[in-house]
Amino acid sequence: MWVALRWDWNLDGWIITVGVLSAVAAALLGNFLVLRRMSLLGDAISHAVLPGLAAAFMITSSRNSLPMFLGAVIVGVLTAFFTEWIRSVGDVDEGASMGVVFTSLFALGLVMIVQAADHVDLDPSCVLYGAIEMTPLDKISVAGFAVPRAALSLGIVALANLAFVTLFMKELKLSSFDPALATTTGFNATLMHYLLMILVAVTAVASFESVGNILVVAMFVVPPAAAYMLTDRLTTMILISVIIAASSAVLGHIAALTVPGWFGYRSTTTAGMMAVVAGLILLFAVAFAPRHGIVVKRVRHHLLGLSILADDVVALLYRMDERGESLRLNANQLATVFLVDRFSIRAVLRWLRLRDQIERSSDGYNLTNEGRTRAQGLIRSHRLWEQYLVTLAGIDADRIHDKAESLEHFTDAELRSRLDQETNAPTVDPHGRPIPNEERS
Amino acid sequence: MSKESIPLSVYDLTVAYHRKPVIWDVQFNIPPGSLVGIVGPNGAGKSTLLKAVMDLIPSASGRVEIFGHPYRDVRHRVGYVPQRESVDWDFPINALDVVAMGLYSKIGWCLPVRKKHRQAALEALRRVGIADLAYRQISQLSGGQQQRTFLARALVQDAELYLMDEPFAAVDAATEQAIVEILQDMKSRGRTSVVIHHDLQTVPDYFDYVVMLNMRVVAHGPVEEVFTNDNLQKTYGGRLTLLDEVSEAMRRQERTL
Repeated sequence: MWVALRWDWNLDGWIITVGVLSAVAAALLGNFLVLRRMSLLGDAISHAVLPGLAAAFMITSSRNSLPMFLGAVIVGVLTAFFTEWIRSVGDVDEGASMGVVFTSLFALGLVMIVQAADHVDLDPSCVLYGAIEMTPLDKISVAGFAVPRAALSLGIVALANLAFVTLFMKELKLSSFDPALATTTGFNATLMHYLLMILVAVTAVASFESVGNILVVAMFVVPPAAAYMLTDRLTTMILISVIIAASSAVLGHIAALTVPGWFGYRSTTTAGMMAVVAGLILLFAVAFAPRHGIVVKRVRHHLLGLSILADDVVALLYRMDERGESLRLNANQLATVFLVDRFSIRAVLRWLRLRDQIERSSDGYNLTNEGRTRAQGLIRSHRLWEQYLVTLAGIDADRIHDKAESLEHFTDAELRSRLDQETNAPTVDPHGRPIPNEERS
Repeated sequence: MSKESIPLSVYDLTVAYHRKPVIWDVQFNIPPGSLVGIVGPNGAGKSTLLKAVMDLIPSASGRVEIFGHPYRDVRHRVGYVPQRESVDWDFPINALDVVAMGLYSKIGWCLPVRKKHRQAALEALRRVGIADLAYRQISQLSGGQQQRTFLARALVQDAELYLMDEPFAAVDAATEQAIVEILQDMKSRGRTSVVIHHDLQTVPDYFDYVVMLNMRVVAHGPVEEVFTNDNLQKTYGGRLTLLDEVSEAMRRQERTL
């Protein structure tokens, strides 16, 4: 399929450049939208700029970009302002007031555009999906180079956003985390909020004709949300979000050209595919993030289960030795005792043998010295906990076994010595069984 | 005593929310270098009072003076410890970052946090006993450790008047003790702390001055004089139902006009 792909640097190169610039510009600001739990405000603002565009056109009756740009930015900031105003006056939650404001403004904008469309080609669908494929055709000359107009304006916006985030990093951090402290120490949180909103509006408007509404909304939210899953440092989060944004733009364009070909279609819209790729990256982050990822949590949970099973195996062998039983259990019998599947018990037994804690004899498994030390620590924890629960927590002796059983796996030597102190160094547990001594290693 | 030396004076302060007064004609002076407890039932307007003092919410009438000046002129002399629940503890920063925030106004706009600031923040964390947790993400701190982080942030601010919103809420015994020690230490260095407090039993142990609030000030003064059963009865013995009723009548009338 790569052969079938017609790649033209002068065309595809510029499309990707425009996509990357717009994605990065949006993602930079998006971090703070996500952290302030106002991700939807990016969505609202980028929809609501429509009446600003239309009004500017009606007033100046030209498609000159500067008045249209200003009109759109002003209405965009007004969206944030109205949202806040309706929330406080109407006493409704932010989502509701945002919904009211941006749908009304968007509808108003559509009506105005349809009115104006009799005189000019302002295409509502172009507003939604953009026309990133067309951007390389509209070039202007900058210092002798022919640069697409969109690349130039988005480049300026991306740089402005980068400068804003770098310069006001500290202030953004403070006013996002603790607006009350920000305001009381002289960094007006409301001012920071509206500065951010102005840049969000500017970014939304600049991305408008080139990549459309949908992509910019996705880029405000998705790369920062994915980055949030992957790190717990703010600067790292911003960095990762920028990388994710840029790579979804690149991969999105390639995918838009190739993926439909697999199914026998011609290429699809690049902007849409960029958003899809960003979504896939988010999905990947949700699954495999090192700390919060679903898969990672599953695996960690499973490993903990296995390590507890290993504890239980050595403790059982120890208790059998203690009672002087000569009977030896094989793997299947152990699986029945602990109510686990054979696969898990075999994995645990192999691991214990690998670590030289048990050895195999003709009729089953024996503890090695190493394994005995481990078991002794566990049994000691178990019986000290039983003693502690009876003497200090006042729980009946016949109800303590299960509690001690779950606590023993998480009790290290240091906690044992504190248990020992608090229970006055007992030698037998409440059931009269001896508490083994601490093994000095 | 000159006005300049009084850390906090509140005159006739009324704060209303949708015409419904939350605090009403609140008036008191705080003597310098004292440890002040603000007590009162839920909904008595304790947090509202602190927020109105710092202009975080608008007041309907009245005046607040801090060391004889309006708040905005002297805000660098005031440190604020908000309620622990007021911020998002999943925010991607560590304890040291939070403490360093107390220094932002000293650092100034646009300048980065530098090494000496981080050292000062670390020193403050050491004073509250959690220097070893400085680089831990804040969601992984226990409730008590989060509260200590907030306290450390107030310490680096090096203010003269501290306003604290329930620092003792839901903390472990060790943290409670640590906070009390810090408060005592501040007092011995002439700092004034105004602390919203819930546990009435510890009021005589922790504080030397008390403001008893239930929409209006029921009593204020040295603990041994005003923290009496009689005053407690007045503070906690039900809300001012007639005041509630008249404000409800005001709202009704406005609606029917």
